Amino acid sequence: MSDPSQRFVADHVGGLPRSGIRDFFAIVSAMPQAISLGIGEPDFVTPWHIREAAIFALEKGKTSYTDNLGLVRLRTEITRYVENNFGLSYHPEKEVLVAVGVSEALDIALRAVLNPGDKVLYHEPCYVSYMPSIRLAHAEPIAVSTSAEDAFGIDPDKVAAAWEPGCKVLLLNFPTNPTGGVTERAKLEQLARFAVEKDLLVISDEIYSELTFEGEHVSIATLSGMQERTIFLHGFSKAFAMTGFRIGYACGPQSLIEAMMKIHQYSMLCAPILSQEAAIEALKNGTPAVERMKEAYARRRELIVRRFNEMGLKCHLPRGSFYAFPSVEVSGMESIDFCKGLLEQAEVAIVPGTAFGPGGAGFARASFSTSYERILEATDRIERYLETVGSPVRV
Amino acid sequence: MSTVLQLLIEGERLDTAQMATILDLPEADVSAELKRLQAEHVLLGWRPVLNPERVQEDAVRAVIEVRISPEREGGFDRLAARIGQFDAVESCYLMSGSYDLLLFAKGNDLREVATFVSERLASVEGVLSTATHFMLRAYKEQGHLLLSPTESGEKPAVSP
Ligand SMILES: Cc1ncc(COP(=O)(O)O)c(C=O)c1O
Repeated sequence: MSDPSQRFVADHVGGLPRSGIRDFFAIVSAMPQAISLGIGEPDFVTPWHIREAAIFALEKGKTSYTDNLGLVRLRTEITRYVENNFGLSYHPEKEVLVAVGVSEALDIALRAVLNPGDKVLYHEPCYVSYMPSIRLAHAEPIAVSTSAEDAFGIDPDKVAAAWEPGCKVLLLNFPTNPTGGVTERAKLEQLARFAVEKDLLVISDEIYSELTFEGEHVSIATLSGMQERTIFLHGFSKAFAMTGFRIGYACGPQSLIEAMMKIHQYSMLCAPILSQEAAIEALKNGTPAVERMKEAYARRRELIVRRFNEMGLKCHLPRGSFYAFPSVEVSGMESIDFCKGLLEQAEVAIVPGTAFGPGGAGFARASFSTSYERILEATDRIERYLETVGSPVRV
Repeated sequence: MSTVLQLLIEGERLDTAQMATILDLPEADVSAELKRLQAEHVLLGWRPVLNPERVQEDAVRAVIEVRISPEREGGFDRLAARIGQFDAVESCYLMSGSYDLLLFAKGNDLREVATFVSERLASVEGVLSTATHFMLRAYKEQGHLLLSPTESGEKPAVSP
């Protein structure tokens, strides 16, 4: 049934596919009793001292707009945090913009730098908003696939092979949603040299960086010649369990932050002040809570990955994030059918890999941001389901 | 801290089979570790955490500050152990400050606790004075908030 008002929708918006996650969400919402491993956010509630800071700010009557770029106190804390944790120094007044989540920061970064027809290289499977955000900026997405063999780290040679004239931006996300992939320093260095050679701007979404379980997280912006061509995106949603506060930030060269600020000031004005106050408290005193949550994720990660491998769903150990990305190939089914069947027959929700791009075919994303009991029960059910749909090869 | 112990604290209701799966250990090892923890008095028991506001019994709870005179050998230990023997005493701690022992006590009604204090406790040789405070209402019980538990019911079941 076509709605006549459809004719008013802009072509480039009408042409965007609906998010695979939303479609799947619609099915899952009809089954409230299902165990969901489909949740892309922490199962922890925001630490109390952070919530308390927001309440206190509200009590004190902090209900105004702020500077477009965000409270200077917050930007100062951000530069301190980014310096201490990533080894990157930025000027709090000129090189930091506080946004409504990494979501907004990414959107305005793309819109600030892309001209119609410019091309953006990014790796896939990836976060659901990358391709649409690129298209909404009237640019052309060029996906570079990552694979299970590399534990979903990026292969710089593949990036070089995918490059074509008109490429302006390289968009990276390590650790990656949905694969938990990270890229080692040596490969990042190779990638950095390539970015310099082709004069690419790098937009680096490092929202899961605190949740790196093995080795140290390296920001590409720290590599030689990179800070001047990198927009570093980070936020509070994942590590500090603050998704509902809708707050994140971008750090980068002054002229790029200035350009992003132009869009931000006209479309968003500023990030909510209460969230900014909460974010200050998170940066000042939130690290112990982040560490506690990270330890809990680490233990659950071992469990879920081991269970998947035991039942024959090959799964690499994600080196960051709170997602496991097992292959469902042994079932002989397409990931969407596997996940739908699992939901209907076993009442467990995991997200088909194809929701994260065609490169996710044959995989599914299972979040381990949930209790041990649920992980145990869900994996038992998945195992029984597997037995009904085929005879999985044990590995 | 032993990983089994950590899981006990974090996982609450997990049985030994579940703990074994989580820790990737044989179930027998988990059981053995639990036995060891109990044998060494690290793990003392398995009491459920009850909501005092909802338990269907009209028990009265009190905290009692007790001043005692220390002894030449053993300081406060002998007296504290002796006081701790009473069924009415649920917990007993040595405190710094203006009194020595803090007791968490329980009785069926006010009178029972009062009788315990005046006839049993105060009469123990070496007890110098007591101050009893009755609990009126519980707001948080061993880590569980009672008045406004956190609600996260509106989290979408699937999100990006
Ligand atoms: C890779 C990635 N980037 C950005 C976001 C959005 O984060 P925010 O809540 O800061 O908008 C998410 C959320 O799932 C994500 O996974």
